[in-house]
Amino acid sequence: MTGATELATVWAFIIAFAVFAYVVMDGFDLGLGMLFPLFPKKADRDLMMNTVAPVWDGNETWLVLGGGALFAAFPLAYAVVMPALYTPIIAMLIGLIFRGVAFEFRARSRRQNGWDLAFAGGSLLAAVSQGIALGAILQGIVVDGRQYGGGWWDWLTPFSLLTGAALVAGYGLLGATWLILKTQGGLRERAYRLSQPLLIATLVAIVAVSLATPFLEAEYWRRWFAWPNIVLTAPVPIAVAAAALALWRSLAARRDTPPFFLALALFALGYAGLGISMWPYIVPRSITIWDAAAPANSQAFMLVGVAIMIPIILAYTGWAYWVFRGKVDPDAGYH
Amino acid sequence: MLESLDAVTLARAQFAFTMSFHIIFPAFSIGLASFLAVLEGLWLWTGREVYLNLFNYWLKIFAVTFGMGVVSGIVMSYQFGSNWAAFSDKTGPVIGPLMAYEVLTAFFLEAGFLGVMLFGLKKVGKGLHFLATLMVALGTLISAFWILSANSWMQTPAGYAVNEAGQFIARDWWAVIFNPSFPYRLVHMVFAAYLTSAFVVGGVGAYHLLRNRMLPEARVMFSMAMWMAALVAPLQIVAGDLHGLNTLEHQPAKVMAMEGHYQSHLNGAPLILFGLPDQDAAKVDYAVEIPKLSSLILKHSLDAPLNGLDTVPREDWPPVPVVFWAFRIMVGLGVLMAGLGLVSLIARARGRLYDWPWLHRAGVAMGPAGFLAVLAGWFTTETGRQPFTVYGLLRTADSASPLDASAVAASLTAFVIVYFIVFGAGVVYLLRLMAAPPQSGEEGPSEDAPSHAAGITPATAMRSRPASPSLEAPS
Repeated sequence: MTGATELATVWAFIIAFAVFAYVVMDGFDLGLGMLFPLFPKKADRDLMMNTVAPVWDGNETWLVLGGGALFAAFPLAYAVVMPALYTPIIAMLIGLIFRGVAFEFRARSRRQNGWDLAFAGGSLLAAVSQGIALGAILQGIVVDGRQYGGGWWDWLTPFSLLTGAALVAGYGLLGATWLILKTQGGLRERAYRLSQPLLIATLVAIVAVSLATPFLEAEYWRRWFAWPNIVLTAPVPIAVAAAALALWRSLAARRDTPPFFLALALFALGYAGLGISMWPYIVPRSITIWDAAAPANSQAFMLVGVAIMIPIILAYTGWAYWVFRGKVDPDAGYH
Repeated sequence: MLESLDAVTLARAQFAFTMSFHIIFPAFSIGLASFLAVLEGLWLWTGREVYLNLFNYWLKIFAVTFGMGVVSGIVMSYQFGSNWAAFSDKTGPVIGPLMAYEVLTAFFLEAGFLGVMLFGLKKVGKGLHFLATLMVALGTLISAFWILSANSWMQTPAGYAVNEAGQFIARDWWAVIFNPSFPYRLVHMVFAAYLTSAFVVGGVGAYHLLRNRMLPEARVMFSMAMWMAALVAPLQIVAGDLHGLNTLEHQPAKVMAMEGHYQSHLNGAPLILFGLPDQDAAKVDYAVEIPKLSSLILKHSLDAPLNGLDTVPREDWPPVPVVFWAFRIMVGLGVLMAGLGLVSLIARARGRLYDWPWLHRAGVAMGPAGFLAVLAGWFTTETGRQPFTVYGLLRTADSASPLDASAVAASLTAFVIVYFIVFGAGVVYLLRLMAAPPQSGEEGPSEDAPSHAAGITPATAMRSRPASPSLEAPS
């Protein structure tokens, strides 16, 4: 069964990639929504919306891929995790509904403010729910046979609230640096001023989650701090510090492009840290990726599709971003 | 009332509710995407502005519809796990890959090219823009392919084995994908989607013809829609009949429920036109029936024996009243659609297609017929699959998540409230877009509100500035 073991490993990385692609692409898009209340002028909001309108559909498709691939490649994990995260998942879906329809509805409605609120509130609800779901998975899920064995409120703990707040701060930072990249003038200047406190909040959140995680489980502690693992894990926090410093300086120097990509680097490092903590469990401490794996022929059948389609998808997604590249011009409407 | 409902019943209600709302949008967008591709193709080929105007008019409606389809679809992809965890664990290895292929080959294609389709005409030029439109249309059809394959496998499972963990696993992927009912269901659904869009387009065209029968865009819309009705509605009746015969072969209990046949008929079964099925007493009250016709339709012989539900264990019966009535609504609407298509052919032959108000009123009245028929058809086939999720193999009662009824009731309530607010508003916006007549120099969808307020006359807007000016990159 060595082939099956490796297939499951490959699939764990594919799903990790899909989730990260989602976080990279929808993170700024949700963050921008949460920043809406800080930009009360309608013209600013129109512009902010226009920076993501052509790409948000594709961004959210990565979330569907994450859910769909989990269902297909690790059905046991999907069947255990979804009921365990019942409330945050439903809340996330409702948040995504409100913000998703706002793109078209606010242009069609005679009372725009209602859908602006739906966009901001939906984005916030989706971000908090995703953060809580992450925390709830990290802290562990009660499994009974092949089913979820815990209660309806198990997901709600101080730790999961902390991860919820952390993701809000992080997405906010991504949203603000995205605006730096895509806008100019007064709107961009406001984005710079927002980015600095958001960076501090994000760093506080990263430190808090990093400090809390090893105390959830002795295994997390050993993994990060026991010799010789520490040789391999120590570069992660060092790289976080370096990226944060570079980001702070690029904000202070009013650089255009680096802030967004440095904020993404912070996310990548945080994500790598999560991977170090969780591996090889898909439901921490109860179900490994190999326990949950679908039969090898299901995973192999899908792997063919992934190997062919993901490069094509990345190519045309890249093309769509390229078509709408550069600054969004606020004056073009009056030409 | 609520405390008497168990978690499984509530989970079924939630699935039926969220799915019924969801199916409306893809059923419309599959046909509309193809219609848009045809309109853009005609514009590029003939250069006639009427096609570009119609393209931009329907593109705005498509954008709203597609957005609602995406968000209601995300709910579906998570609901399998949240409410149907046991089903997900057991069937994930077989139908999960089909859905993964749907995401990989269809959802990304649609979403990836949608932005260019909506906002990119002036950025990428006509050729690449047409390619984007074609890719979106292709994506909707590929999506239908995979999701109907997955659904059909639940109806007529094939090519599978069961492993030691109690999961279904694929023995033969070809047999899984092309399971016995899939080709019939795919054709029936794609025709249904095309008819749904055709009747909406026809209804909108008719509405504007009633106000101004000289409006060229309204004439083109109405004419194209009535061609679809005249050609596809009869084909759909044939496809539906073949699908029914396939169901008789693989899911006889569903056909018994559709027909209201609680009893077996050894010497020719009657066709029950109407009646009130009584599930407890296992009979149809007040039945209006035509002797032997059911045997003729299903077995092509007047005296052919036809089994009834009395040959099926009672615990395996689908709920007959729902299936019976949903089936009649679908068939009745199908006949009306074919009828309108036929009348339109006569009107066309007499040169009265554009100046016969009664035809246009009928067109407006039939505008939503496709949606109702699609919903009724899905209620027929999905309720007819009960009491199983995987027909004959996995019971619905054994498919649900280990949730408290109160949790499912709370989420169901939340979805009902949210859907009525959000999709209610969406329908209002769609109707508002449809109520406005298409104009010469119709604008495409633009997120850019300042351009609407800039006071540019619509007639020159399209030619004098980019479709979505604010998205123009510095060159």
